[in-house]
Amino acid sequence: MSVRALLDIHVARKRFADTTVLKDVRLALQPREAVSLLGPSGCGKSTLLRIVAGLEQDFQGELRRPDGEVAFVFQEPRLMPWLTVEQNIGFSDDNHYDRAWVTQLIEEVGLKGFAQALPKALSGGMAQRVAIARGLYSRPQVLLLDEPFSAVDAFTRMKLQDLLLQLAEHHAIALLLVTHDVDEALYLSDRVLVMDNRPSSIRQALAVELPHPRDRRDPRLAQLKALSLTALQQAHVI
Amino acid sequence: MTSKTQAVPLATPLALNRSAWPRRLKGLVLPVLILLVLEVVVRVGWLPSYQMPAPSEIALTLTDLAEGALWKHVSASLGRVVLGFVIGASLALVFAAWVGLSREAEAYLEPTFAGLRSIPSLAWVPLLLLWLGIDETSKIVLIAIGAFFPVYLNGVAAIRDIDRKLVEVGQMYGFSRRRLVRRILLPAALPGLFTGLRSGLSLAWMFLVAAELIAATKGLGYLLSDGRETSRPDIVLAAIIVLALLGKVSDGLLAALEKRCLAWRDTFQGAGQ
Ligand SMILES: Nc1ncnc2c1ncn2[C@@H]1O[C@H](COP(=O)(O)OP(=O)(O)O)[C@@H](O)[C@H]1O
Ligand SMILES: [Mg+2]
Repeated sequence: MSVRALLDIHVARKRFADTTVLKDVRLALQPREAVSLLGPSGCGKSTLLRIVAGLEQDFQGELRRPDGEVAFVFQEPRLMPWLTVEQNIGFSDDNHYDRAWVTQLIEEVGLKGFAQALPKALSGGMAQRVAIARGLYSRPQVLLLDEPFSAVDAFTRMKLQDLLLQLAEHHAIALLLVTHDVDEALYLSDRVLVMDNRPSSIRQALAVELPHPRDRRDPRLAQLKALSLTALQQAHVI
Repeated sequence: MTSKTQAVPLATPLALNRSAWPRRLKGLVLPVLILLVLEVVVRVGWLPSYQMPAPSEIALTLTDLAEGALWKHVSASLGRVVLGFVIGASLALVFAAWVGLSREAEAYLEPTFAGLRSIPSLAWVPLLLLWLGIDETSKIVLIAIGAFFPVYLNGVAAIRDIDRKLVEVGQMYGFSRRRLVRRILLPAALPGLFTGLRSGLSLAWMFLVAAELIAATKGLGYLLSDGRETSRPDIVLAAIIVLALLGKVSDGLLAALEKRCLAWRDTFQGAGQ
């Protein structure tokens, strides 16, 4: 692992009661790098992300996080239903949030005009945009995303993927993303890590050395997809 | 094809007409009908008027009372309800927050409250009379006991029903416990708290009547028992009407407050108009 890694984690063992969920998982994230985690349901991907986020502190191992913020985008938007879009984005600063910065973020995620809307007035895709903006509000160096687009339709998902890439590029943020979608993993990331069944570790790493912006129809992506499907099969995911 | 498209506009005006009836008018139909029937039935003599006075007679009694003693009774009752409710509900909110937020407090307190709750609250009456006498204090305490449990139960449930996923957002930001309560737990629990406050208030009115029926020299409950003792069903019914109005108005105030505070809720509003 490089010395300059932004985030460095080694989970020697993580267990819930008697079940060991993660075993000897090593992961390093370079600045501005995008890494995807693929693996069977229940193998501990969310758990790994929660450890990195600091939400899960009971594990054996080591975690080195950047001095700057690490932000989390959950599978569901998890917006506070009683707050407006604007207040949700600036949630971490109570009522004295930086209005100019919030307004800029609202524009960047394409929700201009919705600053005063309540979450109940938003579609699933729009709500997830707000959640991303809330993640960006604290100017993080790392954005953790746990299946962030799994609840939206395919077209919205593609749009949100492009939005995410654009924002990560613009704000120089590294991404660590859990997904079930092989295409999504390949389209978004520089490295795809395949995890196997419990107790899980990282079984294979696949480098996606294609420049951005990528074309979803790129045959090289199709080749990589074949490779990852093989990897997933070997890991008994499929 | 054409016949189908033509059939549609015929049906729409009818449907529009029916739902254009203002909602309030719809609600008035049944009560007005009942009053008219009663008036007729009593006038014709099918019901003896010393048992069931005609609605018009009750209205007369009500205006008579309004010119005299009614306000004394209303203010006495209102004062008792407000005081008892405020005391009971405040204590209930404090305990609900305590038990809801802390497993430790739950372990110590919840069994006791569960035990107390299984006593029908009116069973306290003799004890309260023995301990506190028949003056104001025993009435206020009884009303407070009545208001306490619905507020407490709904409060604890409201806190325990909060989505853990929302709380996690606060933990992600490293919120302190106080900040978590203020920013997430309190607003998220508010709908349940309002439900509790409203049912607490309606129980406060119920216990007010119980307390005043047993021993009082003024108040609407006193008016009720006075009407019975002097064989004046019109007075009893007038008091019942005033109680209903007061209950409705006080609940309406809470409902309006609830609507204002909970405008963000995304709930089913019922189908149709
Ligand atoms: N809080 C918890 N308590 C007990 N077991 C848990 C808890 N969270 C997760 N697990 C278990 O750990 C395993 C991994 O969960 P998770 O990280 O959510 O999987 P994934 O996100 O890869 O689908 C699952 O088998 C799950 O049942
Ligand atoms: Mg998961």
